[in-house]
Amino acid sequence: MDDIVAAFRETLLSVDGIGAEKLALQNVDPKHPFSFVERVMVPVLEEIGVGWERGTYSLAHVYMSSRICERIADTILPPADAGTRGGPKTAIAVLNDHHLLGKKIVYSALRAGGFEVLDYGQCSVEEVLAGCERDDLEVLLISVLLYPSALETARVVEGLADSGRGTRVVVGGAPFRLDPDLYKRVGADDVGYSAFDALRIMRDIEGGGRS
Amino acid sequence: MTARDAMTSLERVLTTLGHSEPDRVPFFLLNNLHGAKEMGLEPREYFRDPDLVARGQLGLREKYRDDCLYSFFYAAIEMYPWGGEVNYSPDGPPTAAEPVIHRRNIPSLEVPDVESNPDLRRVLDATESMKKGIGDEAPIIGVVMSPFSLPVMQMGFAEYLSLIYEYPEEFWSLMRVNREFCVRWANAQLKAGATAICYFDPVSSPTIIPEELYGKTGLAIGKSTLGRIEGPTATHLASGIALPIMPRLPETGTAAVGVGDSEDLRSLKASSLGRISLLGNLNGIKMVNWDHRQAEEAVVEAIDAAAAGGGFILSDNHGELPLQVPEDAMMAISEAVHEHGRYGIAPGEGKDG
Ligand code: B12
Repeated sequence: MDDIVAAFRETLLSVDGIGAEKLALQNVDPKHPFSFVERVMVPVLEEIGVGWERGTYSLAHVYMSSRICERIADTILPPADAGTRGGPKTAIAVLNDHHLLGKKIVYSALRAGGFEVLDYGQCSVEEVLAGCERDDLEVLLISVLLYPSALETARVVEGLADSGRGTRVVVGGAPFRLDPDLYKRVGADDVGYSAFDALRIMRDIEGGGRS
Repeated sequence: MTARDAMTSLERVLTTLGHSEPDRVPFFLLNNLHGAKEMGLEPREYFRDPDLVARGQLGLREKYRDDCLYSFFYAAIEMYPWGGEVNYSPDGPPTAAEPVIHRRNIPSLEVPDVESNPDLRRVLDATESMKKGIGDEAPIIGVVMSPFSLPVMQMGFAEYLSLIYEYPEEFWSLMRVNREFCVRWANAQLKAGATAICYFDPVSSPTIIPEELYGKTGLAIGKSTLGRIEGPTATHLASGIALPIMPRLPETGTAAVGVGDSEDLRSLKASSLGRISLLGNLNGIKMVNWDHRQAEEAVVEAIDAAAAGGGFILSDNHGELPLQVPEDAMMAISEAVHEHGRYGIAPGEGKDG
């Protein structure tokens, strides 16, 4: 198994989509396709994500490998999300900024990890609050690019508190990475520094870490 | 110049860029958005009028006694000549709206004209007014996006990354058009009175692309672009990491590199020593909440780590302070540099200088 993981990592880092797909098809067990995702794909993606936080891998590695894996997952997994585990009712939104890449990567990582996530796209505070209400969310993931947008998440947190809904707010994006205390200042429940933090946090919440 | 200052700001900056110690550590307070705040205007109104921007910059320098004027408006202004739009916000920088370039229309792209574009004209007019106001007392720093980083706004980040990896022909075709635009835009600013150009190139940072790819893309593009800019340049990675590419950056001919606080400043100094100057590294986001003591500590720490021997300009990690950074924090930084930044006096830095 370690050999397969190493070879798969190598194909992703060299952005060799065809090689990665070939490797996946050779090693996937048709009866349990999700086990390849869980034992090879997710750990490798996670390693690359953590490597980005530490400065050993680049964002291009993170994005291109998540794209390749998404394509492979579409090929090897049965349709209609039969492999997803569901999990808490969750949505992801980009607040204000015209910057969709961070969200896109987080979304792919969560899907690869088996979570179902609603994608709100780019929204204003009011639109996010309306979505939480409509979909009765348990978890709201917010991604931002600019500092003023990070500050705006405080208005989302307040709006949710007013509504009495216990939605948990998890934030991420460059301003939160540059100031690790910022998430507390805006009243968010948690912060993630990479897409795989999002996966870790979701697993914690699912495992009963909900406050 | 005050009685205790032995040099003008321009002399101070040129001395440090020549890797010698000036009278004190030069510092750039890149607070281009704060001119609007000083005048009680929203960024949109402020940046509409080049005279306001020039007055704003001259006023801010008088207030905080820093060592440059900054003629940067906002990155997204470069989208207008390509047919793009800009979103304005009352409490932050203007940003690019929808992408305007798609892979399929790259082959038919033409280089937009700089001098006749009314939006770029505003920057050139502001630069001219600044030059009239400042003469040779302090440098005016102009800004361009690098040909390699501009496509994030032109195309959107995801589409651009796949262009780099999957469509080399279109990628290089876009680089050629962007390079021509960048060179013209930079030279027009120099002609209008800018002293030097800050070349924003965060996509070249290993935070964004792998180091190996940099050699084939960002580095090659930097060399062929900066070589045609008719004045000194600094390269800014906008708080992306720099250490892994530090040995190669000087090959582009750039005189300085903007660095952040996610890397150790002493290591950055060691790897750049005598070859390229450092510009940085105060964290602009944290600065919003700094009190007087925290600002002073950050300044002293940076000076201790990087000022010895020159080759260092104290500044922020990004090349622009958020509008939310309060007056007190900027004033505290200024006071700290004036107090602790004197060469030969402050502890820990070049006593023999
Ligand atoms: C590359 C870059 C640029 C490029 C392209 C930017 C873009 N995307 O449009 C250029 C040169 C064009 C640029 C320009 C500007 N930039 Co810029 N730029 C950067 C840089 C270096 C990387 C940003 C980026 O796109 N990263 C890639 C994305 C995918 O990463 P990410 O969003 O952080 O997402 C990852 C994680 O954060 C996490 N994540 C994201 N969301 C979420 C959500 C959850 C729930 C979780 C758990 C995790 C998570 O997972 C993702 C993948 O691992 C950052 C500094 C930095 N070190 O990050 C500054 C930065 C984003 N820029 C900044 C600014 C201000 C600007 C400008 C407004 C400057 C100006 N005045 O014009 C313009 C705006 C451009 C525009 N779009 O109109 C500031 C924003 C903060 C602030 N001060 O307000 C930053 C943070 C720099 C700084 N240190 O201050 N920039």
